[in-house]
Amino acid sequence: MNKNIRSLAAAALLAPAALMAQERYACRTGNVSFFSATPVENIEAHNHKATSVYDATAGNVEFAVLIKAFEFEKALMQEHFNENYMESNTYPKAIFKGKVTGITAADLKKPGTYPVMVEGELTMHGVAKPRKEKATLTVEPTGAVKASCDFIVKPEDHKITIPAVVRGQIAEEIQVKVRIDYQKM
Amino acid sequence: MRLPLFLLAITLLQAVHAQDDDLLSLLGEDSTVEYTTASFKATRVINGNSIENTAHGVLDFRISHRFGYLSAGNEEFWGLDQAFIRLGLDYGVTERLMVGLGRSSYNKTVDGFFKYKILRQCDQGCSTPLTLSFAAGMDITTLADDKLPWYQEGRELYMSQRMGYYFQLIAGRKFNERFTLQLMPGLVHNNMVRTAEDAHDVINIGGAGRYKITKRMAINGEYFYVLPDQLPEPVSPGDPEFHNSFSVGLDIETGGHVFQLHCTNSFPMFERGFITQTTGDWLDGDISFGFNISRVFTVHDPKAKARKKAGAQGNGSW
Repeated sequence: MNKNIRSLAAAALLAPAALMAQERYACRTGNVSFFSATPVENIEAHNHKATSVYDATAGNVEFAVLIKAFEFEKALMQEHFNENYMESNTYPKAIFKGKVTGITAADLKKPGTYPVMVEGELTMHGVAKPRKEKATLTVEPTGAVKASCDFIVKPEDHKITIPAVVRGQIAEEIQVKVRIDYQKM
Repeated sequence: MRLPLFLLAITLLQAVHAQDDDLLSLLGEDSTVEYTTASFKATRVINGNSIENTAHGVLDFRISHRFGYLSAGNEEFWGLDQAFIRLGLDYGVTERLMVGLGRSSYNKTVDGFFKYKILRQCDQGCSTPLTLSFAAGMDITTLADDKLPWYQEGRELYMSQRMGYYFQLIAGRKFNERFTLQLMPGLVHNNMVRTAEDAHDVINIGGAGRYKITKRMAINGEYFYVLPDQLPEPVSPGDPEFHNSFSVGLDIETGGHVFQLHCTNSFPMFERGFITQTTGDWLDGDISFGFNISRVFTVHDPKAKARKKAGAQGNGSW
């Protein structure tokens, strides 16, 4: 009897672990860049430290982007970006949590390019906004999964105020590019 | 019977928990090291060094200006008729090292210095609680021989008499987004002093701080305390009496410029000058209005290569 209970207990504890054997992909060195184009000045910044986890079974995806890890051509721009616009000491990360639709876990076993939809919530500068964007998942013959997504962010949507003096230099619509090379977890 | 039920309940709870968990937490702790930035708006608090350095690859052109003393009265338009200027060029050689050159109208002085960050205050991924820098510099007056204070007919003059040095440790901490405080113990060496009793090595300690009042404006203060009995006392009328340098100011940042407006009792804008040759007394109204303007130019982009490389690895569309 005692033995039975023990094995039952073991089975019960292991059961969720078995359920958790999902198709998960992760990346620690994702590329996120943004571009602001105005007649006065073009500004771009690159971040190679974006982290993301994609759970293909459940279709969930999450991103975290460290704001301070954005690199600009000009050091002063980077300082102002962090200190005055993004306030990265208060809001250190941009987070996206959402669902990927238009693809199944089984598709990810077959090489090819899959257009998908990503729907969720983007939290940046402490302001959460619902987003629905087109994205592309590419399954390499090696089994590696690459994701790419281009979208627009408006600073004012996230309560990022741009003073009148520099309004001509910063675009109202910032183009964002996300490129992730996932590895199987 | 009860026990399996209990176990089933645990199992269900765990399953629910597994669904709910944060996917990103699966990646574990973020180990990226981030150093504190923007402790001060500029590399100088007012006259003296701050814990900030010119960024790597950036050239900073600094124009510093001091009017005469308010106490000069209406004939001198309360000091505005007079002016001292220092033109400076600073460059960030690495993330930790900056070098600078300057030329001041005060005693026609040329000065050069370097500042090196030994420790960097850390925001994330490490635990250094403060920034510690070492600064050292020398200056040389280029006054004509007969204008030197020690000039006498027939007296032999040496180049070394014109020179002075300073060494300084700068320990500072950005306590929060608004408030930064630093202490600067230092030594100024004068090659030439007026009397044999005067110290060649002048030990001093400075303190400086800033408080940000808006995102783009900050109030600064700076005080250099010279340990007693080191500077020459006036012996005969007309001899200067030296005071500790004290300045308060306002920093205004507009894109690529930083404007620093301030009131100070020091005319010289190099260390030997404002630490050991300040003659103004705040209490007597010897207050000089002044400003520093800093304009930066990115002449070298140290991360360009890394960015290009990372771009090439992307999907070609970078």
